[in-house]
Amino acid sequence: MTNVWIICRKELKSYFASPIAYLLMAFFALIFGFGFFTATRDFVRFGFVSQMQGRNTPMNVNEQVIRPLLGFASTVALFLIPMVTMRLFAEEKKTGTIELLMTSPINDWEIILGKWLGALLLYLCVLGMSAINIAMLFAFGKPDWKPILIGYLGLILQGGTLLAIGAFISTTTKNQIIAGGVTFFVCLLLWLLSWFTAFDSSGYGAVVNYLSIVTHFEGFAKGVLDSKDVIFYLSMIFFGLFITSRSMESLRWRA
Amino acid sequence: MIKVQGLTKRYARTVAVDNISFEVEKGQIVGFLGPNGAGKTTTMRVLTCYLPPTAGTASVAGFDVLENPMEVKRRIGYLPETPPLYPEMEVSEYLTFVGRLKGISSADIARRVDEVTQRCAVGDVRSKLIGKLSKGYRQRVGLAQAIIHNPDVLVLDEPTAGLDPKQIIETRDLIKHLAGDHTIILSTHILSEVEHSCDRVVIINKGKLVATDSVENLTNRLRGSEAVALEVASANGPLDVAEVQQRLEQVSGVSRVLPRETKDGRLAFEVESLQGRHIRADLARAVVNSGWNLNELRAVGLSLEDIFLQLTAAEKKDKPVEAPAEAVQ
Repeated sequence: MTNVWIICRKELKSYFASPIAYLLMAFFALIFGFGFFTATRDFVRFGFVSQMQGRNTPMNVNEQVIRPLLGFASTVALFLIPMVTMRLFAEEKKTGTIELLMTSPINDWEIILGKWLGALLLYLCVLGMSAINIAMLFAFGKPDWKPILIGYLGLILQGGTLLAIGAFISTTTKNQIIAGGVTFFVCLLLWLLSWFTAFDSSGYGAVVNYLSIVTHFEGFAKGVLDSKDVIFYLSMIFFGLFITSRSMESLRWRA
Repeated sequence: MIKVQGLTKRYARTVAVDNISFEVEKGQIVGFLGPNGAGKTTTMRVLTCYLPPTAGTASVAGFDVLENPMEVKRRIGYLPETPPLYPEMEVSEYLTFVGRLKGISSADIARRVDEVTQRCAVGDVRSKLIGKLSKGYRQRVGLAQAIIHNPDVLVLDEPTAGLDPKQIIETRDLIKHLAGDHTIILSTHILSEVEHSCDRVVIINKGKLVATDSVENLTNRLRGSEAVALEVASANGPLDVAEVQQRLEQVSGVSRVLPRETKDGRLAFEVESLQGRHIRADLARAVVNSGWNLNELRAVGLSLEDIFLQLTAAEKKDKPVEAPAEAVQ
């Protein structure tokens, strides 16, 4: 386990030694801030309008601000993931440092887990930028904190899944641009799967829909912790890391 | 310490290493000599457990690279051809990372980093970013990385490639200093490098073992036959190339006379001697006695290419035996 932590810390350090970490955080804070602004503005406006018309519509911050915001964050994350994972293995393959890792007394899975954890921690830092906005909701309103926590858990699980897939793609090439591009395409595809099958009620449609990353996030956004979705994400993470380790082993044989 | 038996590594279409066997004893420095693409790097990668062998076995300190890779990796320090450095790290930070990776406990790590920075003379750049270092410093950081866990065996892939002459000498000295405590395998395509620092030589060419021998034996064997550049001019009138060549060939101990170029009546030759014969004095006498002027007479060192030609030619005649006494003829 120490080895995993050593690799993980090294990954985190190199993210923060380059502009990439700060760029991602700033980018996410900006986009999420914009989403937050529109969501709260509409919420407040809606409140005014319903009061002026004398209707007593029930208002709920969790339902009307946080839930769409979390959905928005999950979509934005989809675009950020490739930038996090593209360098994971591709860079080390290019500079030859992978040779150092693979000739050190450390297992392949320790390398992979360490790198994935490092990427996940960076992703958490990026997500953490949204805490500023959420904290504002707590300062001026009384949202329920439990659904928020579950929503963030969903974001983390979804992120972990995409990071594992991205890590795999990064092992297949020396070129970071290709790794990033392919990861982006795969993320997009997994996201779009739910659209393609929205009106398809056949058996295939159900299967394809099930594979979509987004469908499983909807429950979390609502604040519902469904073991079915948790298991989906966890097994996807495991699958992603597993094929990463297979790919790394094949590196040795092909090299 | 290191035992390689029948090692073969095949890539998709090519055979990189073909049935190589050799042994290295504890504390020796072994030079791995061969032209580019001979299979040096591949052999080293198998030894360091980076690549699995296609056939044959390799073991380090009694541990097989396939069955016990963890134990092998623990005992090997490896400097690949391009040092595996992270440009965004500081030198001490990098060495700490590698040290931890190699299994040094957090209590010992600071002391070890101090030791290797001192040993490899990188103390003055400890807190510099690796990306900002010069090639020579990078190489030394790479070497520091390889010895940080005090391994039994050091595998160095072309440790002096791309360095300037001063750095080459420094690196050589450093390697020599390390020799006492470690068994070292280093690869190179420079012959003098092997002469300077190695006890034994393993020569490979096109994936095949050409010779393994001690440095003295090998150099004697190779330098045993002498090559001499000779320039002859006539005192009066033009000279006939064939005539001079014939005269030179009659000198005892000469194996071959190759005419080079002819310019302004001066004839140049390259003369090779038989094994263990010194022919320069006789050549000079022969030229002078024939009434010609001897313009130039100098020994030509055999280049690595010549040695390879000789050794591979020898290989065709008789099988690659371990240190055949008269293989060169």
